[in-house]
Amino acid sequence: MRIQESAISPPRDRLPFIEVTELTKRFDGITAVDRISFAVLQGELFGFLGPNGAGKTTTINILTGLARPDSGTMKISGLECTRKPKASQHLMGIVPDESNLYPELSGFANLCFCASLYGMPKTERRARARELLETFGLKEASDRKFSAYSKGMKRRLTIAAGIIHRPQILFLDEPTTGIDVASARQIRQLIVELHRAGTTIFFTTHYIEEAERLCERIAFIVKGRIVRIDTVTDLLQPAQGKKALLISVSNSAADLCGKLGTAFPHFEFQAVSSAQVRVESAEAINISPLVRFIENQGAEVTEAVRLRPSLEDVFVHITGIEMDAMRKEKEKAGGNQ
Amino acid sequence: MKRGIAFWNIVLKDMRAYYLKPPNISWGLIFPVAWTGMFFIKSGSGFESILTLLPGVIALSILFGTTSMLAVTVTFEKKNRSFERLLLAPIPLELLMLAKTSGAVLFGVANAFVPVIIALFLTDLSRVAWVAVFPAVVMIAVASTFLGLFVAVSVSEVFEAQTFSNFFRFPMIFLCGLFFPIDSLPAFLRPLSYLLPLTYGADILHGAIHGKNMMPLGLDFAIITGFCLVLFSTSLRNIHRRWII
Repeated sequence: MRIQESAISPPRDRLPFIEVTELTKRFDGITAVDRISFAVLQGELFGFLGPNGAGKTTTINILTGLARPDSGTMKISGLECTRKPKASQHLMGIVPDESNLYPELSGFANLCFCASLYGMPKTERRARARELLETFGLKEASDRKFSAYSKGMKRRLTIAAGIIHRPQILFLDEPTTGIDVASARQIRQLIVELHRAGTTIFFTTHYIEEAERLCERIAFIVKGRIVRIDTVTDLLQPAQGKKALLISVSNSAADLCGKLGTAFPHFEFQAVSSAQVRVESAEAINISPLVRFIENQGAEVTEAVRLRPSLEDVFVHITGIEMDAMRKEKEKAGGNQ
Repeated sequence: MKRGIAFWNIVLKDMRAYYLKPPNISWGLIFPVAWTGMFFIKSGSGFESILTLLPGVIALSILFGTTSMLAVTVTFEKKNRSFERLLLAPIPLELLMLAKTSGAVLFGVANAFVPVIIALFLTDLSRVAWVAVFPAVVMIAVASTFLGLFVAVSVSEVFEAQTFSNFFRFPMIFLCGLFFPIDSLPAFLRPLSYLLPLTYGADILHGAIHGKNMMPLGLDFAIITGFCLVLFSTSLRNIHRRWII
């Protein structure tokens, strides 16, 4: 798989905030990150999308200084920090994939402590902590111990801790994984607001819809390699012209697909489940002949839905990873998007 | 200034969250006091033996006070990933680890004076060379803390930290000349005594409290300082090697 060269070049006039060149990291003979190169622009919401184990967290760990690259270079805000990650840590806010605040401290104390790590004076950090608790809807729980917070509250407080010192770049590692729908929505809204306020955001996720909804540009990472970087609009472009239809049938979809393919050679048919046929075409799809044909085969059409081109299709097309695999990961993570 | 704020708040957070909690007070204070009581009763020599027991009790109080929590808390914070927060803060690793250990050092120093205060009511301490006792207490606290740090960064699990620190702590009670002179140990055990930092700290205390030290105090101070430097730099190297992979 080769990265599209045109995709690396910044699409707008903004300056690059992160510049990564040929970054590689190996663990016990396994290449977790394999010669990746990309740039994140100032004020951009950049998505890093891939299945579990693709190298998303390793990339964040390298960028933030928790892991050392085996080769390659990286610059953050113009600072060469491949060997000196501490040089840029004051610019960063980091929200790891698991909430990692202090369970024995209250929400307020946790935020104040995190602010103090960045040298914020007492009066300023207390005011900022109160402001964030209010913004993140945690004011009522500010004196409660972090260990007593719900998963969604923990996630929100972890994000608040990540931005307490007003970082120029925020790393969000799978921020909505494993939390309930309402909390995930709230977090997505907060991300949008942070982005609007001008924060550069590096965002990893394995939720395709989430990346599509939030990000300006997305990098697809699979087995440690970036296979495509582009704006969401450009990624969806090839799929835009295509028309797609999902037909639910009472009989075996796989059997019908073969017959439909012979009868309608200008359409593409795919059995997406035992009772669902996906129809794709560059032209408009007239449903009546298809329904008639299926019914003549002794099957019944129970539903026909026109499909909007999605990033999921693009992802599957580019990476070859089946949608089912990603869905299973969602279920495994306990996500409820 | 910014680093100073970070340093002080790490110390303060650790003191509040760990060192001033009842389990630590019980492990750090009651345990050495119980040992002392046992030696005191066993010696059967009355209050005059307090001066000879005091160096051992001080050293033991510091050792257990400092290591009881540090080894566990660092491992615990590493395990629940809150230690990553500290590693991601714009603070040099050396300063961060000094902040992380300062709470334990302060607690160890405070612990050392509990038996001293008790002894004040039971015996005459007018001939004690406090000018040597104070730096000795600080050096023992620093060395013991760094030993705890060394243990903490060498293991992955909290229970391993406890086991590993006991592996060092309990033999030290007998091997470092706290209650029995090193000369009275079997010859094959004596070399081990000289490999342990507490031996030199205890020797300073014996010299300062009842005038019976084995080595010149300057040499004791130099060796214990050497132990501190080796333990701290080894721990930093281990953090670099094991935690920033």
